[in-house]
Amino acid sequence: MPFPVEKIRADFPVLNQQVHDKPLVYLDNAATTQKPVQVINRLSDYYLKENSNVHRGVHLLSQKATEDYEKARTTIAQYINAADSKEIIFTRGTTESVNLLATVLEEWIQPGDAILVSAMEHHSNLVPWQQLCKRRNADLKIVPVNDKGELDLEFLKKKLNPQVKLVAVNHISNVLGTINPVKEIVKMAHDAGVPVLIDGAQALAHTKVDVQEIGADFYAFSGHKVYAPMGIGVLYGRETWMRRLPPYQFGGEMIDRVSFDEVTFNELPYKYEAGTPNVGGALALESALQYVQNLGIEAIRKHEDVLLEKATHQLMKINGMRIIGEAKDKTAVLSFLVDGVHPYDLGTLLDQMGVAVRTGYHCAEPLMQHMGISGTVRASFALYNTEQEVDIFTESVLKAVNMLR
Amino acid sequence: MTIEEKEQAVIEEFSMFEDWMDKYAYLIELGKDLPVIEEKYKDNQHLISGCQSRVWLHADLVGNQVVFTADSDAVITKGIVSLLIRVLSGHHPDEILKARLGFLEQIGLKEHLSPTRANGLTSMVKQIQLYAKAFQIKLNQ
Repeated sequence: MPFPVEKIRADFPVLNQQVHDKPLVYLDNAATTQKPVQVINRLSDYYLKENSNVHRGVHLLSQKATEDYEKARTTIAQYINAADSKEIIFTRGTTESVNLLATVLEEWIQPGDAILVSAMEHHSNLVPWQQLCKRRNADLKIVPVNDKGELDLEFLKKKLNPQVKLVAVNHISNVLGTINPVKEIVKMAHDAGVPVLIDGAQALAHTKVDVQEIGADFYAFSGHKVYAPMGIGVLYGRETWMRRLPPYQFGGEMIDRVSFDEVTFNELPYKYEAGTPNVGGALALESALQYVQNLGIEAIRKHEDVLLEKATHQLMKINGMRIIGEAKDKTAVLSFLVDGVHPYDLGTLLDQMGVAVRTGYHCAEPLMQHMGISGTVRASFALYNTEQEVDIFTESVLKAVNMLR
Repeated sequence: MTIEEKEQAVIEEFSMFEDWMDKYAYLIELGKDLPVIEEKYKDNQHLISGCQSRVWLHADLVGNQVVFTADSDAVITKGIVSLLIRVLSGHHPDEILKARLGFLEQIGLKEHLSPTRANGLTSMVKQIQLYAKAFQIKLNQ
């Protein structure tokens, strides 16, 4: 059965508009995805009919909101195959998830210890670890990336020793589209007794995520990159870890009993959810994952791979084209440079032609330095993009390049 | 010509273009043609960092007029830089500080001067004003 992309597009009203008098071709999905009406309705239904604070009210609305909030947690736990829903901690997004972990792992890192991150990390999975290493007098070690944009696993293996206290890598690179062999990485790290955090920000929309199969100790992701609203995300943390790590923020909800002198903290996951949570966001994230599930992640991946391959093939015909990121296992992200053309100029002209792409460092400045470039143009695909849009995109690139050279 | 007259001339030039492609093609041409800054001024001291495209700006006081030279690594940015220089260079600091630069809006390039745009142009205009201010103080001494 062909992928029902036209029917899907009807679920995303935002796509049906003109920019600069041209039909919008939205190819900035790695920055944020658009939201289907199902998700928008879930969010608005919550505020229209259910809004109430969770976990404390005796009244019906509060009970309903609490039930729905916890049901969302369970759905999300099942979606990523967590062993228990208490392993799902709601956060603002990947950045907060990583920062939460970097805060509570403070004591775990001792002077002289090391943290391993890859050279292809987004700033949000690099800077928190860099700063933690600075605070604790520990070493931040960088796992290099080869010319194709693949991780040097031999290097990783060699650097794993008892001094290493964490490996933090992304599942899918936001710049290169590389799908990292996370299961293999976790196996290597665990063999050396080292825990692993996977930054899954780019992964949920494009590939199956099974945290138990991967074996990750921690897995972070954002709702807004998988068709849910901004401001909601998840930190999956294995129960054995999260139970013994200290709290992150203090306040309501995360406590059990409080006196003026003492406090006992609440159990998981509430211990990590101080304050009133983003209930509407959690419900909408549940709805977004159900939307993806209904279409089937394998079918989505197949559709996006067709788009990626077609776009890559067509771009390669342009003189001076250089694709940044040619990993064997790659999806949905197409970074490129054209000889003699500045990414900013190309992005500006593409915008005039209705094509939304991202240009620049993509919040991965060290990766750019590592690869000896100063930015790329990035087109990134989602389940609602069409082959016709790929044609418009590649024709627009050609037109812009001809204007600029 | 006063700054306003130069702005008016640019507006008239751009009014000839019917679609955006011709307008940008002209900007690109301006960018490519710009005989700009001396290489020795393309250093970190003259760099205005705009995250994505870089702009270098230098100013000299010639008599009581400020002469600007500039460059950018992105050609569309460079085209807009050349318009700014054409309009503002060769004027007294008082005039430069009074200029509103409304022409960029009128020729449909205002978005390039928005602070969210990662091209360094907004900072460049600020830097132009800083130079003018400094020379104004110098002239009044």
